[in-house]
Amino acid sequence: MSGTMKITLKVWRQADPTAPGAFEEYVAPDVSPDMSFLEMLDVVNERLIEGGKDPIAFDHDCREGICGMCGLMINGAAHGPSKLTTTCQLHMRSFKDGDHITIEPWRAKAFPVIRDLVVDRTPLDRIIQAGGFISVATGSPQDANALPIGKPDADESMDAAACIGCGACVAACPNASSSLFTAAKISHLGLLPQGQPERYRRALKMVAQMDLEGFGGCTLFGECMAACPKGISIDFIKRMHGDYLWAAVTEKPEKVTLGSG
Amino acid sequence: MGSVFAPNLWDMLKFWNSSVGKKVVMGVTGLVLVGFVIGHMAGNLQIFMGQVRYNAYAKLLQEDIIEVTWAVRIALLVSVILHVLSAWQLTQRAWAARPVDYSIREAQVSTYASRTMRWGGVFLFVFLVVHLGQFTLGWKWLLPEFIRGAAYGNVVLAFERPLWVAFYLLAMFFLLLHLVHGTWAVLRTLGVAKNAAEPLARRIPWIIALVVTVGFSLVPLGVALGVVR
Repeated sequence: MSGTMKITLKVWRQADPTAPGAFEEYVAPDVSPDMSFLEMLDVVNERLIEGGKDPIAFDHDCREGICGMCGLMINGAAHGPSKLTTTCQLHMRSFKDGDHITIEPWRAKAFPVIRDLVVDRTPLDRIIQAGGFISVATGSPQDANALPIGKPDADESMDAAACIGCGACVAACPNASSSLFTAAKISHLGLLPQGQPERYRRALKMVAQMDLEGFGGCTLFGECMAACPKGISIDFIKRMHGDYLWAAVTEKPEKVTLGSG
Repeated sequence: MGSVFAPNLWDMLKFWNSSVGKKVVMGVTGLVLVGFVIGHMAGNLQIFMGQVRYNAYAKLLQEDIIEVTWAVRIALLVSVILHVLSAWQLTQRAWAARPVDYSIREAQVSTYASRTMRWGGVFLFVFLVVHLGQFTLGWKWLLPEFIRGAAYGNVVLAFERPLWVAFYLLAMFFLLLHLVHGTWAVLRTLGVAKNAAEPLARRIPWIIALVVTVGFSLVPLGVALGVVR
């Protein structure tokens, strides 16, 4: 094991959603390069607790890069300097002894800070609720492979379905747009046969919800794609735009029916 | 009940109110304007075919087919208004979407062209007003020697002044950036681009942007270098 590093942290501290918040500096004198970024924060927090201070609040759960809970703006890059990496999978070997690291929460009007580095990302859940589902009659399952799906479609759908909803796309976007998230959720269903009946209504509703939540619009900077830990392409945003445009021209208004068949 | 291809007013308002709808309007009007700058650039190059030819071209547009010219002007005016309005409103929304900014945010892959769309666009609008005032409306404070109908002479008089040459070349630089991002983005806004391994690559947009802006720049440069006089 190589030697330890001294890292100086500049961390956003904010007691609650309405408090003003400010940066505070902390020195971590004995950081191992084998630590993950969150383990480094754990060690800093241990010391804060021992000193009778409030630990730094940050979101985390699985710590294996698949749950989408963690997410920090690290030196101006969402999830830090490593590509295709969540914050929990970022390791301190990406930094060097004496480095100064600025840690900020995701910044968006739709993502209010709850405390320190923790933000409220329920707007993303509401975008899903607006249309990120398929409506099927439940009951006995049909045979596997009863519905053939071409390999390219299945692959593309899975690429979109890789989205873990971490919000890095919003955080990295100069417009604080959630277009990449919304596009991924629209596309992973819209590329499969099961997603076809509601495909265009889904685009209308999820885009409407995205606007309602106060996210900015997409100007195709491409920053979201670079920040995405799952490498989701802005081609899905293009697909969302196409679905939305087609929906706006062709989709009939929803009717209230008795549903008596 | 809206039927296919017959959206009612309410649907159109909903479309206009959505971020994607405004973006589509900005893209479609942008395409109209791209078509215009290509034609305008090609027409301007006739200045290298001499005074008689150039003034005849000006007369064609301003007298012989003035009805067509007016139809095009109205389409362009509507396009510019909708383009600027949608850009303005989307910018306001984008700025409102991040009330507290980061202390640092490093651009990862976004291009200089994409980051200058807004302020570059403002500059291009100012340029548009000055350009129309100078060569179409004949504002004397912009070009004291302006003579209506003497298109060739007006161009030469303007570009014998180095400051005007510099101003026009600067405008063409911003037009270059605006076209590099705009012509690339519009296909993604309308959902018609193909999936790509490198979706951020902009080869054909660079060609379009360079042809248009170099073509335009040849006119002030031609006068400044004494090729056109």
